[in-house]
Amino acid sequence: MADKESGRARGGRRPSGALLGVLPFFVYVTIFLIVPTLIVVIGAFFSQGSFSMVNIKALGESAVKTALWQSVILSLVTAVLGAVIGAVLAYAVSTAREGGIVKRFVTSLCGVLAQFGGVALAFAFMATFIGSGILAGLSSESGGLWLYAWNKGLILVYLYFQIPLMLIVFLPAVEGLRPQWREATETLGGSTFTYWRKVAGPILLPSFIGALLLLFTNAFSAYATAKALISQGTPLLPLGIDGALSSEVVLGQQDVAKAMALEMMVVVAVVMTIYTILDKRASRWLVK
Amino acid sequence: MTGQRAAFRRKQAIMRRVVIGLVLLFFAVPLYGMFSDATKDVAGKHWSLATWRTLLDFPKISTKYPDLKTGFLASVGLAVVTVVVMLVLLVPTMTWVRLRLPGLTRTVEFICLLPLTVPAIVLVVGLTPIYSWLTGWLQYFFGPTIGSSTIWLALAYVVLVLPYAYRALDAGLRAIDVRTLSEAARSLGAGWGTVMWRVVLPNLRTAVLSASFLAVALTLGEFTIANLFSRTNLQVAMYLLGKSDAQISVAVGLLSLVFAFVVLFAMSFVGGARSATSPMTRLRRAKKEPA
Repeated sequence: MADKESGRARGGRRPSGALLGVLPFFVYVTIFLIVPTLIVVIGAFFSQGSFSMVNIKALGESAVKTALWQSVILSLVTAVLGAVIGAVLAYAVSTAREGGIVKRFVTSLCGVLAQFGGVALAFAFMATFIGSGILAGLSSESGGLWLYAWNKGLILVYLYFQIPLMLIVFLPAVEGLRPQWREATETLGGSTFTYWRKVAGPILLPSFIGALLLLFTNAFSAYATAKALISQGTPLLPLGIDGALSSEVVLGQQDVAKAMALEMMVVVAVVMTIYTILDKRASRWLVK
Repeated sequence: MTGQRAAFRRKQAIMRRVVIGLVLLFFAVPLYGMFSDATKDVAGKHWSLATWRTLLDFPKISTKYPDLKTGFLASVGLAVVTVVVMLVLLVPTMTWVRLRLPGLTRTVEFICLLPLTVPAIVLVVGLTPIYSWLTGWLQYFFGPTIGSSTIWLALAYVVLVLPYAYRALDAGLRAIDVRTLSEAARSLGAGWGTVMWRVVLPNLRTAVLSASFLAVALTLGEFTIANLFSRTNLQVAMYLLGKSDAQISVAVGLLSLVFAFVVLFAMSFVGGARSATSPMTRLRRAKKEPA
């Protein structure tokens, strides 16, 4: 609003004509982004057309609470493990020759695994560990049921896209480390340990935590892999929303889906806000 | 001193090989599991090429697994429409904001990055009423078949790709002086259409390509929205197939991953020595470069 006013105050060019140019964009995002978001946020507080806290209260049910809890734990564990392993991998890749085949191969592979995962990843793990899979022998006693457990198999499967994502997000930060910094440390008598403890570590820390948060939201909002892997029960929040949305038996479940969606949005928004703040801090060292 | 350096380099090379080797092994095992599962007979005992032969037999595929054919065609169509709508929506708007409404830059950026904080499954919840309203109108205008076609999902996919496309195009726009270019063109008598089509767009070639590539990648991998709206795209077809014929679905899954890898790997060679990393990495880095 303020922008429009100041434009008008400066006089000169007529802003109203110029505003027409961005109208299509704003109409589009209003229909397909703003209104849907508002439907979730406002709809969570309405039940069967009238204001009520029923849906929000439904979030307190043990099934929903368990789903949220398990989603958070799964995301946290895979984010931390993925970030640590991915960071080590990123450092290893950063020491490879720029433009060399190793770097191209690993970054392309990670690009695919991080972005295309979904259904295919679930199949990959089922084909490997279930039935006549090559590693089915490892889990013959339980019949491979561990693969479908949120605190066992899902962690492994999620790591399969978290580690690649970490490489993609963190590699630029590691490559921003300048050899001169290490040389300066050495000239001043510092060991490799000093370099990591006092120079590289502090520089990389904001990027590392930022990437970790990104991994958290990535796992937290992941739906495809879990859906393809788990056909019964709703151990995770996205599956809970799915269940509530497609439920035609219980009236008002659609509204509960909105409340659960709002809950997800709040968690992701908090994490993304911290991420934005850290990202600004991180770029202070890495830009130029 | 040189000896020390050499020893350091040797140690680093060993570390690199061990780390990359171990992680690649972890990545390779499930992929090999897919390959071995798809290359065995139905009982899973002996090696057999039956599954791959079926996949190559297109007439048989389209009669025996109609979902796969529909899903594949739908995904290709979705990718094309998503890219077109995204470009038509974003390129003129972002250029226009830069030229005439710099005060709106922050607002447009905020809106474009908003989908990052709205998980796809949350968007589905909000889009459900929108789509039931939209489908009603579309069926009124185009009849029931076209009205409820999968292709309309592209309108929602545009929202999903907004953040990535915005960053790619923003990096491109930063690199050129849009104002001078457009003023030069305007003073030579070009209309706004000519400025967009013949001046701005050619200068944004790389950014447009990068944005389109990301949009295609995201669209081909999309599952959440399509599945919850019960429309069949490639991923949903794979998912449905997994319930009836696991071997074929595993084979298709592996093929899609290999195809994506080949495209990304090839892309990493395009664009010269400066951009020796994947497009995704390049995108992140472009974002961090100062104006």
